[in-house]
Amino acid sequence: MAHDATHAHDAIPAHDGHGQPGGIMRWLTTTNHKDIGSLYLWFAGTMFLVAGSFALVIRAELFQPGLQVVHPDFFNQMTTLHGLIMVFGVIMPAWAGFANWQIPLMIGAPDMAFPRMNNWGFWLLPVAGFLLLLGLFMPGGAAAGGWTMYPPLFVQGGISYDLTIFAIHILGASSIMGSINIITTVLNMRAPGMTLMKMPLFVWTWLITAYLLIATVPVLAGAVTMLLTDRHFDTHFFNPAGGGDPVMFQHIFWFFGHPEVYILILPAFGVVSQIIPTFARKPLFGYASMVYATASIAILSFIVWAHHMFTVGMPAAAQLFFMYSTMLIAVPTGVKVFNWVATMWKGSMTFETPMLFAIAFVCLFTIGGFSGLVCAMTPVDIQIHDTYYVVAHFHYVLVSGALFAIIAGVYYWLPKWTGHMYDEKLGKLHFWLSVISMNVTFFPMHFLGLAGMPRRYADYALQFAEFNMIASIGAFIFGFSQLIFLAVIIKAIRGGRKASDQVWEGAQGLEWTVPSPAPYHTFETAPVVK
Amino acid sequence: MDKADNRILLKKLVVVTVGMFGFGFAMVPFYYKICEVTGINSGDAQVLARNTQVDTRRTITLEFDANVDAHLPWRFRPLQRSIRLHPGEMVQVLYEVENLSDRDITGQAIPSYGPQLAGRYVKKIECFCFTGQTLKAGEKKQMPVMMVMDPALPNDVHTVTLSYTFFVQPDSGKAAQGGRPAANG
Repeated sequence: MAHDATHAHDAIPAHDGHGQPGGIMRWLTTTNHKDIGSLYLWFAGTMFLVAGSFALVIRAELFQPGLQVVHPDFFNQMTTLHGLIMVFGVIMPAWAGFANWQIPLMIGAPDMAFPRMNNWGFWLLPVAGFLLLLGLFMPGGAAAGGWTMYPPLFVQGGISYDLTIFAIHILGASSIMGSINIITTVLNMRAPGMTLMKMPLFVWTWLITAYLLIATVPVLAGAVTMLLTDRHFDTHFFNPAGGGDPVMFQHIFWFFGHPEVYILILPAFGVVSQIIPTFARKPLFGYASMVYATASIAILSFIVWAHHMFTVGMPAAAQLFFMYSTMLIAVPTGVKVFNWVATMWKGSMTFETPMLFAIAFVCLFTIGGFSGLVCAMTPVDIQIHDTYYVVAHFHYVLVSGALFAIIAGVYYWLPKWTGHMYDEKLGKLHFWLSVISMNVTFFPMHFLGLAGMPRRYADYALQFAEFNMIASIGAFIFGFSQLIFLAVIIKAIRGGRKASDQVWEGAQGLEWTVPSPAPYHTFETAPVVK
Repeated sequence: MDKADNRILLKKLVVVTVGMFGFGFAMVPFYYKICEVTGINSGDAQVLARNTQVDTRRTITLEFDANVDAHLPWRFRPLQRSIRLHPGEMVQVLYEVENLSDRDITGQAIPSYGPQLAGRYVKKIECFCFTGQTLKAGEKKQMPVMMVMDPALPNDVHTVTLSYTFFVQPDSGKAAQGGRPAANG
């Protein structure tokens, strides 16, 4: 890794002769944070199309009552794989891609702290994705027990359940390696002068996310290990016949699962906190309170898990505790929403595509947050547990929350990554189609849930027909609109208007001081932050 | 940035990771301890499952009476004179019967109710009156009745009397066997 200390920073060619292999071996062996970031993002994008097409199978079957399109067992495989892949194969790798591309650029570091581990962390992902999808071709089909992997179904299933458990182990190892790398990079490799409280908010949110991952992913690994030993090694963690308890799995799973939802959304908070000040041309309102709010959300996420399982039969005292602690999370989240709105207040706003997605994030994520508060109330939750109300809630926070922030971030940094401006007209078309169809898809699900339609069934009672048809139409428009996104990205990679180094007039931060496209090596001598 | 610093931090973070993997397994005994202390999930599902069918606002007095037909040399009595119960609540009572003669006899108990309309609200799950009872010479035994008082019992009924009378079942075995071929034929 000995670099020539004398060469100039500007105009370093993309391949500056470290004897790197070309072709596919370049990507297999790369230790460059930008290469690995791109790999993560392409992987996430591919899996997004795969898991999205699974969602369209679900919506096609639910277009009308009755069974028309697929066998109910295949329907269950689709809901399971859609959930698992969207969480572990799309949102998490996409954020890891952003972290790899942006964190070294934003803190003035030449690369990640452990480049080889970084390479390994990425290349585990396609293996895990392959194992998950391999289940589809196994006898009995893919795992169909739901993405939450509850026993007894996950103890009783066939070989694809073993593949799923193994895939979860590998995905966990990958995210832990990524997280260790990010924490070490952020804590040890910041440019001189960049104190913790001067870090861009995206870096802050990822630092906290990485701690959450390290604290909870091993617990998930333990839970699926218990499933595996229950299946094959005669343990009885979850089998009542052997003195075990299936409800215990839910406790262990959601001890991981609730911090996991903040793992998915905290980097989104970071991206939105970068984009809104840029296009409002004002510094972020309440930077310090944003940092503390993020940290509070992360800490609170460890003591709220049982709100996912209010119906298992808890003592009233426990129900009250988990209800109140869950509602407490609305306070730091409210601080964040307030700060974003206050940042826009009286700003000189312009509405380029990244800003449109960021504003949609603030509005629609807040709707998801409010329905989350509804679900937090124990007596209400007992009514709407496992109904479409819950499906509507978590799609508002994951699609219009995490996914919209990922799309916003791609539009925001694409000129820096490719050196070309994306097609603004196509971007706006993508935005309007996405935001309208997303609401058409998921808003009616609130009504379906309140009317009592349960989730995870291939069929439904006749009175739910109209809203399901509306939701299915929205889903197909949303799904196909994402092909516009793919076209915009490919178009920007191929060419387009040259992007300046600054790219956006109001953008602040170290990543805008390097050329566009960002050269293969940046910040080999650290910049000084005043 | 010092490579040695990175290594030290890496080691610390790996320790945390391994520790949290262990914590996942530590939750297993911890979970059972919590359940034990709070008394939930003790395996006694009946404790948790409170029967919402029981109407605890009403209390009914149920009186028991026992008679034997003059031709039957049996002694027959309830082991309790009366009980108090809520509509919807499952209760079990015992009757005792003794054969005073020196031969085996089969008897059949016939219930009657006071007031008469209460009969349709006494839901018996198990009763010695469902079948004939055969007592060997000098045999003495206790027989249960399990029943629920239907919550639909009219509000003005506060006391119900349940009375059984044992009759001889004349040649019960032969009669049943004799009747069957005719019915089938």
